[in-house]
Amino acid sequence: MTQGADFPLADAGALARGADDTPRPGRPGGGLKSFRPKGRHLGVVPFFVYVAIFLLWPTIIVIVGAFQNSSTGALTFSNITAVFTGSTYLQAFWGSIRLSGETAIAGGVLGALLAWAVAEGNPDGIFRRQIVAMSGVLAQFGGVMLAFAFLATFGYAGVVTLTLHRVAGVNPITSGSWIYSFTGLAVVYTFFQIPLMVLIFLPAVDGLKVEWREASDNLGGGSWAYWRYVAGPILAPAFVGGLLLLFVSAFSAYATAAALISQGSPIVPLQIRTFLTSEVVLGQANMGKALAFGMVVVVAVVMTLYAWLQRRGAKWQAK
Amino acid sequence: MSSLRKFGLAAVLAVLAASLFLFVAACGSPPSSSSNSSPNPAATATSASAFGGMDALITAAKKEGTLNVIALPPSWANYGEMLSAFTAKYGIKINSAQPDGSSQDEINAAKQLKGTDRAPDVFDIGSNVAIANVSMFAPYQVAEWSDIPANLKDPNGVWVSNYTGFMSIGYDAGKVPAPKTVNDLLKPAYKGAVALNGNPTQASAGFNGVVMAAMANGGGADNLAPGVDFFSKLKKAGNLLPVDPTPATIASGQTPVVIDWDYNNVAQTAANKGKLNWKTVVPANEVVAAYYNEAVNVDAPHSAAARLWEEFVYSPEGQNIWLKGAAHPVLADVMIKNGTIDKAALAALPKVVGTPVVLTQAQLATGQTYLLANWTKAVQ
Amino acid sequence: MARRAGHRGRDWPRTLVRWTILVVIGAYLLVPLLSMLEFSTRGVNSSRTAQAWAAISSYPQMLTGIAVSLELAVLTVLGMLCLLVPTMVWVHLRLPGVRRVMEFVCLLPLTIPAIVLVVGLSPVFAWLTYFFGDTPLVLAFVFVVLVLPYAYRSVDAGLRAVDIATLSEAAQGLGASWWGVLFRIVIPSIRGALLSAAVLSIALVMGEYTIASLLNYNTLQVVLYQVGLQDAPVSVAVSLAALMFGFILLFVVSSAGGRRRGAVREETPLAPLEGGLQS
Repeated sequence: MTQGADFPLADAGALARGADDTPRPGRPGGGLKSFRPKGRHLGVVPFFVYVAIFLLWPTIIVIVGAFQNSSTGALTFSNITAVFTGSTYLQAFWGSIRLSGETAIAGGVLGALLAWAVAEGNPDGIFRRQIVAMSGVLAQFGGVMLAFAFLATFGYAGVVTLTLHRVAGVNPITSGSWIYSFTGLAVVYTFFQIPLMVLIFLPAVDGLKVEWREASDNLGGGSWAYWRYVAGPILAPAFVGGLLLLFVSAFSAYATAAALISQGSPIVPLQIRTFLTSEVVLGQANMGKALAFGMVVVVAVVMTLYAWLQRRGAKWQAK
Repeated sequence: MSSLRKFGLAAVLAVLAASLFLFVAACGSPPSSSSNSSPNPAATATSASAFGGMDALITAAKKEGTLNVIALPPSWANYGEMLSAFTAKYGIKINSAQPDGSSQDEINAAKQLKGTDRAPDVFDIGSNVAIANVSMFAPYQVAEWSDIPANLKDPNGVWVSNYTGFMSIGYDAGKVPAPKTVNDLLKPAYKGAVALNGNPTQASAGFNGVVMAAMANGGGADNLAPGVDFFSKLKKAGNLLPVDPTPATIASGQTPVVIDWDYNNVAQTAANKGKLNWKTVVPANEVVAAYYNEAVNVDAPHSAAARLWEEFVYSPEGQNIWLKGAAHPVLADVMIKNGTIDKAALAALPKVVGTPVVLTQAQLATGQTYLLANWTKAVQ
Repeated sequence: MARRAGHRGRDWPRTLVRWTILVVIGAYLLVPLLSMLEFSTRGVNSSRTAQAWAAISSYPQMLTGIAVSLELAVLTVLGMLCLLVPTMVWVHLRLPGVRRVMEFVCLLPLTIPAIVLVVGLSPVFAWLTYFFGDTPLVLAFVFVVLVLPYAYRSVDAGLRAVDIATLSEAAQGLGASWWGVLFRIVIPSIRGALLSAAVLSIALVMGEYTIASLLNYNTLQVVLYQVGLQDAPVSVAVSLAALMFGFILLFVVSSAGGRRRGAVREETPLAPLEGGLQS
């Protein structure tokens, strides 16, 4: 149901809250200092050891490997340089960035609209709960299953293709193969970007108080004034933050593209797949690690931007 | 958190991290484990007679009870019948993994599953991948060893050719016009229609598809560049689908034109009788043939069963099963002389115009290198 | 936060816009799902048939894949509960300064995509198979890491909604041990959050494809892909079933939470999904 770490942000509603400087009930840590034994740091050791083994160790292997020569293990920049100068790799990075950017914007705008439409209704009603549950599932809708869903819709034997053929005489061969093109991939990605944005953005829209709208109306402003001067600036950080998260989500995604496209690698994760499955390429195993390192850099940059944005926007959300 | 506490925490974590990496660096990779405590005598047998005779081999194989095969689709050269015939004859269960895998997938699986019970026992592998991985195979000479031409086997027996076919274009006659040569596929009538079986850097069928395209465009066994250019043009024209064709994609109409071995395309004609009019054409004078090869995994979990399988597929019974699947078995000439060949199946093989080209090992190596450097760029 | 009850009368343009959006975007989201239903029940000559659904059981690897994924889901949830929850409670009560570090660490799996992780996972898995034998269940070790971001957020919201600190102090003052506090005070208070974290973890594990496929393990998604190459309607049918399963699970959990809405809002299981602006 989920692409797992591919589309990792179905819980993004809470993530969108970001910085947790808001006050909370109770005093953390307890009150009496005598209840803080000296060895209490040992309590977190198992967790950190586990994370070190299963998260940090592989990551370090990737990062270090990106700078190592595949056959001798000597430190070298040749892999990284190859990524920056190889036109195939640059094209793949550009493809990934373009795809993620476009679907983030498309999914972001449509998802924000849908979030607004949902928030307008009864907050405790069944309709809203259904939509939120459906969004939760769709946002985590696995890559393989999503690919099949779209093949069932737009593929050669898909429902829409066949209907178009019956109704408008559109040639199914050409109309059934666009799904493998860049546009097709973008449409598929947008499919889960929208529910993801709904989950991220809904809490922000919920936070718009009725009183603000009433005040704006009472001061003579219409809908346009409300959105332009009141709601817009409040929602802007959450919206942009949502776009950034959507970008990361699409950039990291592998499963959908892997299920749809078995030949060719227009995006970076598929390039990495080639390096992982084609071991005939002797002396080049660490190129895959260099590509992975590149991905980490891009995602880290975006996440830093996101964290900074959250800190800035937190003051509005604390009210 | 006070600075003292921060320091304490940081110190603890640092010590942990340091000890972890020391541990890892010291140990490296884990000791290789084998599930058998004593080595299996079949693992080093280089022929049935060396093992003690066919009956001994059969008994040992039956005792093992299982055979792991990989990348053998039932519709490929009639493997469905081959697998069930083997099980029916010897009562050995066959685990068929990754039926749509490529030759490279077979090697990857063997490496990844090394030492486990799931590792593949035998390979049916393209020549380009076989030659690059001889260290993974165990030498074994089947009973019919001497009948196999010298250029179609490794002198030590680490790999042996099993069957071949000719590169062909299969197409749905009801949806697209009949192509006569490879270059016909560049026409707009084939937009969004053409699929190549497998990635040429990883699969023999894909590789030889490029060879056929090269032959059609002024290149040949020594020069694959025109072939790669052809596919690049095909992609730019919007005719090439980035999808691996399978019987399912053919049946659903997703891939109306498939570049693949003739035995595969011919099998699809029968499979889709009544639903699609699937036809096969081997373009005249653009004929490429390539043998696939049998190999036994040097770390096979079921060594005796693996060797028994080899004996089976090279026996007249096995070779005729491949022949029924429209493949050309390696022992065909010998069997025609002996009269053990299935004459009806032989007559049903597709007709071919032109001399088939089979790449030599040297040509395979140069071709592979060229593709590795240029294929991804060309079809991106 | 509550929506405007009295405005409906003169707000018909807004209602119109709202419903247009709902219909259009809703259609975009629903059409593939309905297509899956149509595709998997398509018979010869436009008839309906349940053949693809019935054929699911004829693919033993499909049933094995479902079983493996369910087992992995259970193991992952157990691993998450045993590793993450005590640590979080410990940090919440005893080491508030470590909170930032933990939050950062739990956000790392988002920054390190699965496709990157799998590149470096081979040595780790070499050791795992050495210790545990060749079973796909060792994937649970990595899946626990993958679910950390969601589980952390979920449990964090739950811990902050209730005054755990005072309750635990009171319990300790009355003589309860640390484990007593954990099991008899904290866990019952954050039941909803734990449930939500478990559901999200299950969804993630059932849908994970990247790591399983690139490490050659046959989980549900991997098998779906393999079967889909041969028999697309069967794979589409199973995908639809999995989706429905997830939806029902999430909907039931959210409804169960809804009944407890008398209490603080953050306790409701879907709160991490919707977020909430006040803590």
